[in-house]
Amino acid sequence: MPEVIARELTFGQAVREALAEEMRRDTRVCIFGEDVAEAGTPFKVLSGLVEEFGIERVLDTPISEAGFTGIAVGAAMAGLRPIVDIMFGDFITLTMDQMVNQAAKVHYMSGGAWKVPMVMRTTLGATRRSGAQHSQSLHAWFSHVPGLKVVMPSTPYDAKGLLKTAIRDENPVVFFEDKMMYTKLKGPVPAEEYTIPFGVADVKRVGRDITLVGTSSMVQVALGAATLLDEIGISAEVVDPRTMWPLDEKTLIESAKKTSRAIVIDEGYERYGVTAEIAAVIAEGAFYDLDAPVKRMGAMHIPIPFSPPLEDATVPTEKSVFEVARKLCGRS
Amino acid sequence: MTTATDNSAANSEVQAAQWIRMYRQMVSIRLFEEQVNELYTRALMPGLAHLYIGEEAVAVGICEALRRDDYITSTHRGHGHCLAKGASPDRMFAELLGKEAGYCKGKGGSMHIADPATGNLGANAIVAGSVGIATGAALSAKRLGTDRVAVCFFGEGALGQGVLYEVMNVASLWKLPVIYVCENNLYTEYTHYMETTAGDIPARAAAFGLHAETVDGQDVRAVHAAARQLVDIARRGNGPSFLLCNTYRYTGHHVGDINREYYRSKEEEKHWKTERDAIKLLGAWLIEQGLADSTQFAAIQLEVESEMKKAVEFAVAAPYPDVGEAEDDVYA
Repeated sequence: MPEVIARELTFGQAVREALAEEMRRDTRVCIFGEDVAEAGTPFKVLSGLVEEFGIERVLDTPISEAGFTGIAVGAAMAGLRPIVDIMFGDFITLTMDQMVNQAAKVHYMSGGAWKVPMVMRTTLGATRRSGAQHSQSLHAWFSHVPGLKVVMPSTPYDAKGLLKTAIRDENPVVFFEDKMMYTKLKGPVPAEEYTIPFGVADVKRVGRDITLVGTSSMVQVALGAATLLDEIGISAEVVDPRTMWPLDEKTLIESAKKTSRAIVIDEGYERYGVTAEIAAVIAEGAFYDLDAPVKRMGAMHIPIPFSPPLEDATVPTEKSVFEVARKLCGRS
Repeated sequence: MTTATDNSAANSEVQAAQWIRMYRQMVSIRLFEEQVNELYTRALMPGLAHLYIGEEAVAVGICEALRRDDYITSTHRGHGHCLAKGASPDRMFAELLGKEAGYCKGKGGSMHIADPATGNLGANAIVAGSVGIATGAALSAKRLGTDRVAVCFFGEGALGQGVLYEVMNVASLWKLPVIYVCENNLYTEYTHYMETTAGDIPARAAAFGLHAETVDGQDVRAVHAAARQLVDIARRGNGPSFLLCNTYRYTGHHVGDINREYYRSKEEEKHWKTERDAIKLLGAWLIEQGLADSTQFAAIQLEVESEMKKAVEFAVAAPYPDVGEAEDDVYA
């Protein structure tokens, strides 16, 4: 029997494949943003799409994030299914009124009369030496707003399945991609059609002694820390919520109840970040089974510095997660 | 400036019956707003009430040039637009009082009336908040091959928002069927527009290549003639336009804005109400042309008064939504 080799794609290829499949499936799906057509974005994630779908469906816009996001809201209300590309997650600040006051509220304010089936794809992640305005992970901002759904895939498999679900969703969905993963992270992605439902966490690694909740870029960090912990006899479970909203509280709580310890690791600013919400969910839901306080690990509460050694110090690493986990488990 | 006489050819196509219908529509908006004032001052209406009295010719002149399936977006001062596009007063009042029978099941209120059946994408309480939505709806119409057009109503205060210029730029580049209707009622809340608006208003739109025109917003015939022309341009695929309508807000920024002498004189208000009133101007013209007489106007007044009285009674008697509905309609 020949050995079956699983097909592997990079994170960026998985995103592109999801977009292409959904654009073939539904002619209402279109993309707009800066340099999305021939350039395929600076990250080249969209390369080839304009060649297949034409400039009617892959539209280069002016550098007007508020404007084209607002246009996407109206286009979605009136029958298209737009996907807007916000090149760097830092630029979501420019789209805030369109997303928070318009997209998120249209359905509710109209008593359910109108809906906004749109997707905003954007990026997160530091350590790319891009400075304070091109390195932030601001997903907590949108996670705070009722009416939006927030997705944070951590693998090529999840990226493809979740993005297809996002495009088919009837609500505004914000999809955060770790720009460091586009070419660096490869993983198995079946050629067959599949989607992944929102609000379903994925246990990326089963363990007994401590739960490491990781999001997006921090899932790989948590898995790396888990390997280090194994070497000193600590068995770590890694849980990836995959969507910040809807949030799979049940899986998070059950894992923490089983292991009795939890660390929540995320690349957004730790203060008032998604780690606080997830830690609170675990603390409230698993209180009587916990043997230690739930810990949060996020980005330092400083603008992201440019200088490489400074920037590297701002985000959790395998080593720092390992150290916090080791102490939480009472090992010196 | 376009005047009614400049467009006598277009006007001659409008039958007397249509002018009388427009007269009736303007009376309806005025009496609706007088009831709102009454409800508010009797403390039956919660929240804020921004009256459209004085500006009726703009909404009516424009909407009479639209089909039922054409789109509009409206503003915090939006009752007139919604009524002119075909909303019924009873469900409007119900929404204003937060009742289940309202257009948005009571979840929107005075500033957020939306109604898919009449192409009303929604009134918006963020100044310039709907400019993206209207432009996006026009994009959808173009892409989906319908010949719908979108009208974006906003006050001159919206000229201060950058997103307006972002979307006009895109609308011009993509030749979208959208008409930006700027209602200059002279006051951005409590400040004269000359203190906040530099340069020439239509020149701002012309700079992006939009067809830009100015009309006397108290002359419904002039507004309607201009609207027919611009709607025709949009429907034929010849791109977006901008229509500046010079008008006047008879009452305060909101119902509670009573002592207005610090920003405008009583003489000025009196001048507009006696010399420049849109309903009086159309009435005088209809009589002069032998198309109507004063007994018809008296009959219209009585009919509309009765209609509004019944609509208010319906809304006052209508039940509030069940508290359990608060969490409905957040997501589609």
